[in-house]
Amino acid sequence: MLHIECPWCGFRDDAEFHYGGEAHITRPDPSTTLTDEKFSEYLFSKTNTKGLLLERWCHRSGCRRWFNVLRNTITNEILEVYPVTEKPSSKQGKETYERNWRRKSPPKKTPKTDEVK
Amino acid sequence: MIEKREKAKSRTSTHKENKYSLFSLAKNAVSKHKNWSQAWRSPELKPEYDIVVIGAGGHGLATAYYLAKEHGSKNIAVIDKGWLGGGNTGRNTTIIRSNYMWDESAGIYEHSLKLWETLSHELNFNTMFSQRGVLTLAHTEHELKEMTRRVEAIRLNGIDSEVLSPRAIKQIVPIIDINPQLRYPVMGGFIQRRGGTARHDAVAWGYARAADQLGVDIIQNCEVTGFNIKKGAITGVKTVKGEIKANKVGCVVAGHAGVVAEMAGFRLPIDSRPLQALVSEPIKPILDTVIMSNSVHMYVSQSDKGELVLGAGADSYNSYSQRGSLNIIEGMLAAAVELFPVFSRLRMLRSWGGIVDTCPDASPIISKTPVKNLYFNCGWGTGGFKATPGSGHVFADLIAKDEPNSIAAPFSLDRFVGGYLIDEHGAAGVAH
Ligand SMILES: Cc1cc2nc3c(=O)[nH]c(=O)nc-3n(C[C@H](O)[C@H](O)[C@H](O)COP(=O)(O)OP(=O)(O)OC[C@H]3O[C@@H](n4cnc5c(N)ncnc54)[C@H](O)[C@@H]3O)c2cc1C
Ligand SMILES: [Zn+2]
Repeated sequence: MLHIECPWCGFRDDAEFHYGGEAHITRPDPSTTLTDEKFSEYLFSKTNTKGLLLERWCHRSGCRRWFNVLRNTITNEILEVYPVTEKPSSKQGKETYERNWRRKSPPKKTPKTDEVK
Repeated sequence: MIEKREKAKSRTSTHKENKYSLFSLAKNAVSKHKNWSQAWRSPELKPEYDIVVIGAGGHGLATAYYLAKEHGSKNIAVIDKGWLGGGNTGRNTTIIRSNYMWDESAGIYEHSLKLWETLSHELNFNTMFSQRGVLTLAHTEHELKEMTRRVEAIRLNGIDSEVLSPRAIKQIVPIIDINPQLRYPVMGGFIQRRGGTARHDAVAWGYARAADQLGVDIIQNCEVTGFNIKKGAITGVKTVKGEIKANKVGCVVAGHAGVVAEMAGFRLPIDSRPLQALVSEPIKPILDTVIMSNSVHMYVSQSDKGELVLGAGADSYNSYSQRGSLNIIEGMLAAAVELFPVFSRLRMLRSWGGIVDTCPDASPIISKTPVKNLYFNCGWGTGGFKATPGSGHVFADLIAKDEPNSIAAPFSLDRFVGGYLIDEHGAAGVAH
């Protein structure tokens, strides 16, 4: 059982939350140059890390707001909770963010600061 | 004592056929069952293999068995990070059926079911396959209509499937309440009579023993940590016991598919999630078929030992911790008691979890990969036990020929680019 701290409501059981999967995925530009491969990668490729994962949660049965979480998928330990519009600020969170393969091939012309819009 | 052990070792290391039979049973009974030889060897890892199969679950062992038996492949190893059958194969609730709606699914699951029907014979190992029927209940008008449509689709593929009235269900399951006033009335259901259960461990053991007898090396406690890839083709596998050369590698690691794919430099459309099950204390025979309910959300069967085996859905979040959330178990038990109030005073003995490899369309991946001579078989998620023989059979074919056969072809990875998804969420309303 995960014990998740909603930034607005405090600690609750995971049964109250909806899982939103991997965080910080940018929808590729719907331009004519967008290939099926790139769009498939956006839609279906999963990070599915065994270890530290940045992910999205929604407090569905509570305030119904979204937020991001840094969690260890081996131990289920939650290391950081931060707003969806921001990047993680803890050391491990930053490292995890930088390590993410999606960072290596950001869609063209997307300024870094816009990544989570 | 030591001498005896040595003797047993030398006997098994020649992997001479030692057939299980009434005769061998009688013979071993005379010596008080102390002289049975090991069912498979525990060989040392060799520096080079023609084919390496990663993952000694049912699927991996079956793959190796069919490679050796039907494709005459020699020099095969199956390597596992733990003990054989210790993954989802040894953790599942053993429901077997082939009543899936789409043609592609019918192809693979019915191919499996046909192999199940002769498997104990084929492997000379009792897999305890029991065609006790799998009965899915409908609790709403809509569900019943949807079910009727699915049954027709299934029958068009030549697979047995029947819609049942509440009274017919009551005859098969006397403990069910078919009172229409219930909160979740039983409005009907559908059954696949050829479906049923099998002993999960026996399937792994049977394939392991049969593969071993064909010369396959099964290496346990040998985690794969990376690959050697040259010019886009696989040349070897890195393990905790050292590097091995390999011409071809088949990867069948279920929940760890994403982790191993990452080692080879690509990603899969797979989320790894905990799926839990539990068993009750053993009781006298009360249920001789498998019951599933999507709306009340649980499934139950009774094992040969008398325990009720219960399961439901996977947890919603990714995790490798092999333990899910308690609310899933609470929901599962609430559902069981809602359907069968008579179960309410049973004590539960054990609960456990496995990490299942869920795919966006709830269908498996049996495929070539971006790396030449590296093949993946994964994405079976909550329901791959039933497919063990068929999956191994077609995967062996893919590895041997470097081309998927007509059963495997629809399950290739490129469906996620081309868009030809095989959406079977309907078939897996509750995980099984
Ligand atoms: C609780 C539960 C109930 C289920 N109920 C049903 C059911 O009723 N019916 C049904 O059809 N299916 C069911 N399933 C699903 C089914 O168990 C699986 O789909 C199926 O058993 C997968 O078999 P496998 O051989 O592919 O995987 P596994 O048996 O999991 O084997 C994979 C192996 O790979 C090994 N491995 C992983 N990483 C590495 C590495 N790096 N190096 C070496 N080895 C590695 C693991 O140790 C493991 O032994 C259930 C699953 C669970 C968890
Ligand atoms: Zn909240």
